[in-house]
Amino acid sequence: MIEVKELTKQFGQFTAVDKISFDVKPGEIFAFLGPNGAGKTTTIKMLTTLTHPSSGSMRLNGYDPVKNPTEARQSFGIVFQDPSLDDELTAMENMEFHAVLYGISKAERKKRIESLLNFVELWDRRNDLAKTFSGGMRRRLEIARGLLHHPKILFLDEPTLGLDPQTRNHIWSYAVKLSRDEGMTVFFTTHYMEEAEQNADRIAIIDHGQIVAMGTSEDLRNQTNKATLEEAFIELTGSEIREEQASSMDQMRMRRRAWSNKKII
Amino acid sequence: MNAIYILWLRQLIRYFRSKSRIIGSLAQPLLFLIALGFGFGPIYTKAGGGNYIQFLVPGIVGMSIMFTAVFMGIEMIWDRKFGFLKETMVAPVSRFSIMLGRILGGATVATLQGVLVMIISIFVGFRLDNWFLVIPAVVVMFLIALIFTTLGTAIASIMEDMQGFQLIINFLIMPMFFLSGALFPLTGLPPAVTAIALIDPLSYGVDALRGILLGASHISMPLNIVVSLGVWAILLGIGSILFAKMEA
Repeated sequence: MIEVKELTKQFGQFTAVDKISFDVKPGEIFAFLGPNGAGKTTTIKMLTTLTHPSSGSMRLNGYDPVKNPTEARQSFGIVFQDPSLDDELTAMENMEFHAVLYGISKAERKKRIESLLNFVELWDRRNDLAKTFSGGMRRRLEIARGLLHHPKILFLDEPTLGLDPQTRNHIWSYAVKLSRDEGMTVFFTTHYMEEAEQNADRIAIIDHGQIVAMGTSEDLRNQTNKATLEEAFIELTGSEIREEQASSMDQMRMRRRAWSNKKII
Repeated sequence: MNAIYILWLRQLIRYFRSKSRIIGSLAQPLLFLIALGFGFGPIYTKAGGGNYIQFLVPGIVGMSIMFTAVFMGIEMIWDRKFGFLKETMVAPVSRFSIMLGRILGGATVATLQGVLVMIISIFVGFRLDNWFLVIPAVVVMFLIALIFTTLGTAIASIMEDMQGFQLIINFLIMPMFFLSGALFPLTGLPPAVTAIALIDPLSYGVDALRGILLGASHISMPLNIVVSLGVWAILLGIGSILFAKMEA
């Protein structure tokens, strides 16, 4: 369902993603782990047509995101690391906006939106503005929105960051249900190792732009002779803290959080 | 087509929901009308220029449209970094449709803002012989709005963050406003100032508005329209290249 070969992304002299290759099978839940700045988000951006690779090839549901972006885009849904709802619109309007962009017919739109908002337990709040939602509710709405157009692949970029354990459990129960019941392929990143351990069929660990290990959680533990995935992860990627230079975007994000009097967590 | 429509609709919904922003953005034009209109009015009349408020209103309408439009375009930076633009960029829709939808939405909002300024100008004494002239005036207002929303969008496509916003306002937008003839007649100026005014796209828009509303323009009406359309076409061309290259 996802095929990646020798995928590389360079920013000037810096190689963010360095010739990575992997395959994700249909219906598989695939975890993509790595320390900050390892290349996770850059990889997702290339897969989801937001940035072009420097070299290498990709296939999503058989389509090349560079050559056939429209077909590739139709094939996946995504929940971004940063919130991507329009806060000034209601839950319903956010869903309708997405449905129109993806060309879903009016007749189907209504049914589909209702069933998905029920799925993420937000139907009762459908006419409330997104800005009145808690972090967990926003995430659930984003998941529902990402599923609207029947994607074959769901990308989740740190979907549970900053959420309470109850919401995290909920979100994973949705993802697992979609994979088991509808055969959806789920590709996710996270910093919570237990989430990968419990939910992923297979795990890839990326560090300094290269995949350093790939397999089931058990494979990774055996390979490193460690009792938990977290220990295996630290063994593979080292225990040194990665300092990411605050980019202008991070600074803006901080400022925006300081300005808006909403709770971040 | 549907994508362009929904992007346009989204801007309008957001506009009508932010009442405080609508009212807040009327304060500046009102201040200009009162301070300049009543402050310079007597001198202008004494110099034989006639009623200054009548002369000033199309300029201030043009100014409000330009400011709102540039802001509507530049606002995309926020949308790009925090979210909503990404949602549209991964949708199976061409980049050009996304840009056009945003521009049409922003330009409609800026035009509405211009109409509101025209309405409040009645309270400072603006009068029209024929109120039907408002219809062609709105068309010109929309053209001004298109130019500056497109300009703002093009700038936002290459600007990393809002740090540069002040720079754009002070070194591009403010000079374009003050040197456009929005506040003073373009006749009898030093040649250098006239030359600057003639490369300023707002000059043509404001002059066209005066031509329609007051029946008096410094530049011929067809030239005003042709230059405005031409500038918009060029900006749209440049903007669509920059927008397509932009990485969300």
